Amino acid sequence: MRIVIIDDTGLRATVLEEGLREAGYDDIHVVPPRGAFVARLERMAPDIVLMDLGDPSRDTLEEMLVVSRALARPIAMFVDRSDETMIGAAIDAGVSAYVVDGLRKERVKPIIDLAIRRFNAFARMQAALDEATTALADRKTIDKAKSILMTSRNLTEPDAYALLRSTAMNQNRRIVDVAEALITAAGLLGGDA
Amino acid sequence: MTPLAIAFLPLTDSAVLVSAREKGFAAERGIDLTLVRTTSWATVRDRLVFGQVQAAHMLAPLAIAVTLGLSQHPAPIAAPFKLNINGNMLVMASGFAAALDPDVIRRTADPIGSAHDFAAAIGLYHRKPVIGVVHRFSSHALMLRYWLGYAGIDADRDVTLRVLPPSLMAEALRTGEIDGFIAGEPYGSIAIADGLAEAVALGPCIWQRGVEKVLAMRRDWMEANADTVDRLLQALTAAAGWCDDPSNREELAELLARDEYVGQPAAALLPALSGRLTLRADQSAIDVPDALLFHREAAGFPWRSQALWIYSQLVRWKMVAATPDHERQAAEVFRSDIYRRALVDMGEPMPGASLKLEGAVTQPMPVGAHRGALTLGPDRFFDGAVFDPADVAGYLRSYRIGSDHG
Repeated sequence: MRIVIIDDTGLRATVLEEGLREAGYDDIHVVPPRGAFVARLERMAPDIVLMDLGDPSRDTLEEMLVVSRALARPIAMFVDRSDETMIGAAIDAGVSAYVVDGLRKERVKPIIDLAIRRFNAFARMQAALDEATTALADRKTIDKAKSILMTSRNLTEPDAYALLRSTAMNQNRRIVDVAEALITAAGLLGGDA
Repeated sequence: MTPLAIAFLPLTDSAVLVSAREKGFAAERGIDLTLVRTTSWATVRDRLVFGQVQAAHMLAPLAIAVTLGLSQHPAPIAAPFKLNINGNMLVMASGFAAALDPDVIRRTADPIGSAHDFAAAIGLYHRKPVIGVVHRFSSHALMLRYWLGYAGIDADRDVTLRVLPPSLMAEALRTGEIDGFIAGEPYGSIAIADGLAEAVALGPCIWQRGVEKVLAMRRDWMEANADTVDRLLQALTAAAGWCDDPSNREELAELLARDEYVGQPAAALLPALSGRLTLRADQSAIDVPDALLFHREAAGFPWRSQALWIYSQLVRWKMVAATPDHERQAAEVFRSDIYRRALVDMGEPMPGASLKLEGAVTQPMPVGAHRGALTLGPDRFFDGAVFDPADVAGYLRSYRIGSDHG
C-alpha cells in the first residue's frame, strides 16, 4: 500500500509518518505542495493521499484528480460516506484523505484512524509549544517592566509586581499588557527601558 | 441566540458575512454568528456537506457542481442569497501583456478587441500560456473561457488552466510557473501593486452583472430551519446595505484587513470596495463603479436564470451532460422562493419574476416589483449575446467553441 503525505511544514508529516511506520506501513512518501508536486504525485501512483484540511493546495490536488490520465482510477475523499462519525472526526482533526476507488474499506480505515490520532496529537503538541513560547515571552516582558518600576520608583521586586498586578486588575487587562504599555511609555520618556 | 457557523474564504467578497457579524446585524436578529476561515474551496465544501458548518461563502458554479455530483459525491445544495455581483480581474505578467494593446485603459474597456489581441498574443508567445484559476467550478474560470471563446480560443486546447490557491498566485507569477491569473479581489490588485502583472480584462467588462459568490446551505438543513434561515437572510440583507454605503468603505476595509478575515492590508481591499481600480502599477486608478455590488439592484436575489446560465456554461465546456434532469437540478439550486419568504416583510424591492433574459438590459431599467421600486443595472455580456433560460440548447448552438458544435 503506497501512502503519500502532502505536507509543507515537515513536522506534522514526520509525526504522521512515524505512526504509519510503527503500524507496519513502509511505502510512505512525503511531498511538499510546491511547484510541480502534482506531476510527482502522478509518477508515484499512490493508493492513498493524506493532506492537511487547512492546506490551500487542496483545490490544486482535486483538479489533478479530475483531469489526470496517469491516475486513471477515480479517487474519492473518504471511502465510505455512510461513516459519518469517522468523517466528522477526520474534519475535526484536519485530515483530508483521497483514496483510490475500489480499495477495501477495512484496509483504508486503520490508516485514516491513525492519521486522525496523529493529527490530533500534533495539534496538542503545537498548542503546548505555543503556550510555552508565549509564557516565556510574557515572563521576559514582565521582568523588564518590574525592573523599570524598581529603578524609577525605588520599589522592591514584590512591590513592583504587586503594582503591575493591581493596575491590571483595576483596568481589566492582562498583566503582560500593562507591562508592555509601561515599557513603551518608559522608552518614549527616555527611561532606561 | 441561535448559534450558526459559516465557512468563508479570505476574499473581499466575504464582506457581507464579516459585517453581519462585526456590525451586529446577525446579533440583532438573534444569531450568534461564527465565521470559520478556510483556505481552499475543497475544505469549504467538505465543512458544509459534512455538517461542520451550517452555511458557506461559495462560488456559485461550485454550489451547482456539488448538487450535480460533478467530480464528487452529489449533495443537494441550496443558495437562497447571492453575497455579491462582480469582483474579478484577469491579470497577466508584462511578458505576455506586451503583445496586447499597451494602453491598459483602452484594453480593459474594449473586451472584444482584447480577446482578439489575446488570441494573437498566444501565437506570438514562445509556449502555451499558463493561466491560474482558483477552481474548475469558479465563476471567473467560466468567464475566462467565455471571453477567450469569442476570439476562437478553446481554453481546454489553446491555453493551460492551472488551479492554484489565490494566496500562491503571486509567488507562481514570480517564479514564472504561471503567466497570469483570474481571481477574486484583492488578489488581482495585489499582483498589480507588486508590479508582477497588469490588468487585461475586468469581470464587469465581460459580463456587466456577473454572478459571483452565493450563500450555500445543505438543502435538508435549510428546509428544517426555516426561521433561522429567514433571520439570517434578513441580517445579511442589512449587512449588504451597510457594505454598499460609500461612507462605510474605510471601516469595512479595516474590518476585512484583520488577520482573522482576509488578512491583507486595507489599501489592497479598498480598490474593489470603492470602484477605483489600478490597472498597472505605473498608472493612477480609474473609476469602475460596478467593480463589486453587494445590495443595490436587489443584488442578493438569486435569479434562477443565472443558475441556468452557469449550467449552460458547464454543458458548453463538457463538464456535465445536457439532460432535462440536470437542467432542473441546476435551476433549483438558486432558491428565489426562500429569498422572497425571508425578506417579504423587510421592505426590500422584490422582483416580480424569478427568471429573466440575461444580458438584455442595456441601460438602467425599472422592472416589475412586488414592493418598492426596483431598477436593474445594465447586465450585458460583452459579445451582446442574450441568454434565454427557456432555450438553453438554442443558446449553446450559437457558439462555435465548446459544446458539441465546435
